Amino acid sequence: MVEHRPWLTFIAHAVLIFGAFILAFPLWVAFVASTQSAVSFNQIPMSLLPGGHFIENYSAVLTRGVASAGAVPVVTMLMNSLIMAMMIAVGKIAISLLSAYAIVYFRFPFRKTIFWLIFITLMLPVEVRILPTYGVVASLGMLNSYAGLSIPLIASATATFLFRQYFLTVPEELLEAARLDGAGPWRFFRDILIPLSRTNIAALFVILFIYGWNQYLWPLLVTTDPNYYTIVMGIQRMVTVADATPQWQLVMATVILALLPPVIVVVGMQRLFIRGLVEIEK
Amino acid sequence: MAEIELNGVTKAYPNGVVALQKVDLKVADREFLVVVGPSGCGKSTLLRLIAGLETLSGGHVLIGGRDVTRLEPAQRDIAMVFQNYALYPHMNVYNNMAYGLRNRKTPKPEIDRRVRETACILGLETMLERKPRQLSGGQRQRVAMGRAIVRSPAAFLFDEPLSNLDAKLRVQMRGEIKRLQRRLGTTGVYVTHDQAEAMTMGDQLAVLRDGRIEQKGSPLEIYRRPATAFVGGFIGSPAMNFLDGRIEEGGRKLRVAEMFSIVLPGAGLPEQEGRNLTVGIRPEHFKINGNAASVELPVELVEPLGGQTLIEVLFGKKIVTVSLDGAIAIKSGDRIPLSVDPAQLHLFSLENEVRLDCIAA
Ligand SMILES: Nc1ncnc2c1ncn2[C@@H]1O[C@H](COP(=O)(O)OP(=O)(O)O)[C@@H](O)[C@H]1O
Ligand SMILES: [Mg+2]
Repeated sequence: MVEHRPWLTFIAHAVLIFGAFILAFPLWVAFVASTQSAVSFNQIPMSLLPGGHFIENYSAVLTRGVASAGAVPVVTMLMNSLIMAMMIAVGKIAISLLSAYAIVYFRFPFRKTIFWLIFITLMLPVEVRILPTYGVVASLGMLNSYAGLSIPLIASATATFLFRQYFLTVPEELLEAARLDGAGPWRFFRDILIPLSRTNIAALFVILFIYGWNQYLWPLLVTTDPNYYTIVMGIQRMVTVADATPQWQLVMATVILALLPPVIVVVGMQRLFIRGLVEIEK
Repeated sequence: MAEIELNGVTKAYPNGVVALQKVDLKVADREFLVVVGPSGCGKSTLLRLIAGLETLSGGHVLIGGRDVTRLEPAQRDIAMVFQNYALYPHMNVYNNMAYGLRNRKTPKPEIDRRVRETACILGLETMLERKPRQLSGGQRQRVAMGRAIVRSPAAFLFDEPLSNLDAKLRVQMRGEIKRLQRRLGTTGVYVTHDQAEAMTMGDQLAVLRDGRIEQKGSPLEIYRRPATAFVGGFIGSPAMNFLDGRIEEGGRKLRVAEMFSIVLPGAGLPEQEGRNLTVGIRPEHFKINGNAASVELPVELVEPLGGQTLIEVLFGKKIVTVSLDGAIAIKSGDRIPLSVDPAQLHLFSLENEVRLDCIAA
């Protein structure tokens, strides 16, 4: 429906601008704060224009880290977070694609049972099973490792379920045509099913990457070695320093840096998304 | 190039539906067999069993003399065109056609040569880069054909490939498929519920009903001498009219719908004396103002088609369709004298619907 009423356009824009402002203002404040010196940060009210300490603050957190929080450079923490989020997102997608493929296309004993078992685990988020999972990871000697950070979070009932639902909508004739064309199970999966699922994969990748990036409780539990700290838990450590006031301008710089990778992923994947949505088969 | 043979083929689905029952069928090398039947009679099942997409519950399938009953679809050297085309949506036309060849490890230059040759035959040269969604229904249909042709298989299987096209395109593609099959000389099995396709396309025609072959023969043979009332009613358009009849006078005369009598050809049906049976009369076999043995009947409805006029007349309590050549000045409410050539009557037993033939004099 297209309406041509100027005041309606005006109201729509006003609402959108207001919404954008509510979202963007805290980010702006965080950015401004990250460019202040420790002294100017504590002035009340704080200036709403960027200060002159941008390079100083950012190079400090990137290379040296914050002394009171273990002095881990933010670069290391960003790298750890990136590795963990990538392993979780890629691992989850790979495993759920394979399990959904098995459940939809192969007849094997207890197929239904297995599907329902996977489905039931949907109801158990990480926090519910965190202690037993910690026990297992600890006894396997996977504390303070990338494997320990990511593997327990890889199994994904949600993604398996989504791929299953999608595979069920793929016409059966496509499989039959591929069989007549001499494609075995693996080729059908690789040449037809995965390319057809690529928009689903892109969407899930964005969601799962952010899920992995934002993990907080689990990395806090399984890492004691600062070399494996992730950025989200690192921020928390900077804030809860024992016998000093937190250096807020450095915390804010870290926050801004921690925001960048998820934003890049969303913006980068958005194109694939939209192209996928436009190209979708009728 | 190969002949296809089905011996006692039976298919029972796990849910208990018996889709095919002891079907024996032979398609000669280079022959085009059309299998026709109403929806749900087991046509798709038949094709899928030949293709190897379903496992048989009994019997054997032979292609080119080789028993393929236990072979995978890919090992049977056949190609199938599906009703919904089943093109790979993410591949362009070229890749849709090339995919089967690639999986068979055909050398690249050979693939390229064959795909372009096939595209040329089907007039798809300018569309090789397009995705299926950028094609019209008729073009998709051609790509599906191309995917089958490009592999030069031993046989083609077609599962109602024209039913998603509009009427005009259907008639056009029907001729095209037939010409193509002739030209390539590949054995083909073509399945349809459309009797017009069945009549026009097949060298041989098999009528399937509830998982059994009811009759097999050339289209005209089946049209002229349907083996059962079902076949008579299914083949031919507009459909055959069925009336009640009784044999009288030692089998020499047929009384139709208690309204008039016809002298049967030859010695008639002496064994059926006094028995009731079903009389089948094709609409096009009625004559207006024919011989002396005509009956006057009231016209209910007139449908002028230009070259042909369809008239519905009230025959006792039944509506009967009459098809006459040309545009005829008749309107509903008129009474018209109709007659039938006795040689063009079809008589079927009332018990098992089987055809009854008059004895030669
Ligand atoms: N996969 C299946 N499982 C159970 N029954 C089936 C299956 N496929 C077809 N049938 C049944 O077998 C009969 C024949 O089906 P089909 O061969 O598809 O008929 P047609 O193609 O002539 O319309 C139908 O009664 C149908 O319900
Ligand atoms: Mg069918």
